Amino acid sequence: MTPRRRKRLTAVALLVLGVGTAAAIAITALQDNMLYFIAPSDIQTSELPPERNFRLGGLVEAGSIQRDSESLYVTFTVTDGAHSVPVSYAGILPDLFREGQGVIAQGHLDDAGLFHAREVLARHDETYMPPEVAAALDRAGAPHGVLE
Amino acid sequence: MWTQTKLAFHKLGSPLTFFRFAQALIPWLWGLTLVGLAVGLYQALYLVPPDYQQGDSYRILYIHVPAAWQAMATYIVMTILAVITLVWRIRTAEIMAMTAAPIGAAFTLICLVTGAIWGRPMWGTYWAWDARLTSMLVLLFIYLGIMGLYAAFDDRRQGARVASILILVGVVNIPIIHFSVEWWTTLHQGSTINLFGPSTMDPSMLPPLIWMTVAVKLMFGALLLQRARNELLEQDQRKKWTLQALRMSGHDS
Repeated sequence: MTPRRRKRLTAVALLVLGVGTAAAIAITALQDNMLYFIAPSDIQTSELPPERNFRLGGLVEAGSIQRDSESLYVTFTVTDGAHSVPVSYAGILPDLFREGQGVIAQGHLDDAGLFHAREVLARHDETYMPPEVAAALDRAGAPHGVLE
Repeated sequence: MWTQTKLAFHKLGSPLTFFRFAQALIPWLWGLTLVGLAVGLYQALYLVPPDYQQGDSYRILYIHVPAAWQAMATYIVMTILAVITLVWRIRTAEIMAMTAAPIGAAFTLICLVTGAIWGRPMWGTYWAWDARLTSMLVLLFIYLGIMGLYAAFDDRRQGARVASILILVGVVNIPIIHFSVEWWTTLHQGSTINLFGPSTMDPSMLPPLIWMTVAVKLMFGALLLQRARNELLEQDQRKKWTLQALRMSGHDS
């Protein structure tokens, strides 16, 4: 390698290293803002001002879904295993919404601790399998199809 | 062995050798691409079972995932070519780095559009500003920026060198895209296919994904060689080798 090329290669390496370091620092500084949702357990620690909008993420607790027979109003509980938050929502729910499903609700907490959702999204997990395999897992009692 | 590799590398720097190399390879790459796409799409749409949760909607992943992988792989190829451009100043590498950008942009767009189509029924929204989706959109803008910067220079070689610096700056986005689903909470799910660990897809659903991924890689090779060859011919239309090359491939005039 000629000295000129060596010099250019050094410059290229320094450029990539510099940009990489800058990006790493920026990402670390923005860590909290990059989160798309927060879990019920993190609400206690994250000192949110009242009426502040945020996204709540977790699993729909089994047996907690209560639908109003007259309207689209529905209440359910979002849990992460340790803590849970009651959620109310009026609107059309995504196809994947059901007990045990990962969901992300956007809205705010009221003083009574009820989360008023304006939007509810289903979070799909990374598991793909045919229905027969899922049925076999169900029979064996193995867990599947839940968030993380 | 090393000297031979080095020699082959330097030979490809010659436009005429590159032209011959591309001419010989392109038909094979396209042929194999078509076979791969035909087998992959047939398996994806007819042979593999539906998903236990999503039914048939999940089949769009056989286009979405190979396109996403190729969108990122194209950028890595461009980064290597950008280093060669800046350090060794090999012209065919410059041209390949620049002609790869629109291909990468196209795959990124396919990834974003198929993702939105899937997201509407599954998540309940076409788009969300989470880290994975946003970093993928940034990749599209980086591709467009590289194309724009290159086109802004009258001197193609100078344009390629400046745009190569932008390629090197933008490469930080690639690990961000990959790790976004691990570092932060996102709407987008984590990785299903893991090279170093268990994958969470039933083995019966894997073959079409492999076929489609290989086919898309071959398609990228064919498109890149074709575009680079055309760019070389266009830039060198008044050079002697061009006449020689066109005579060789039977275009007498």
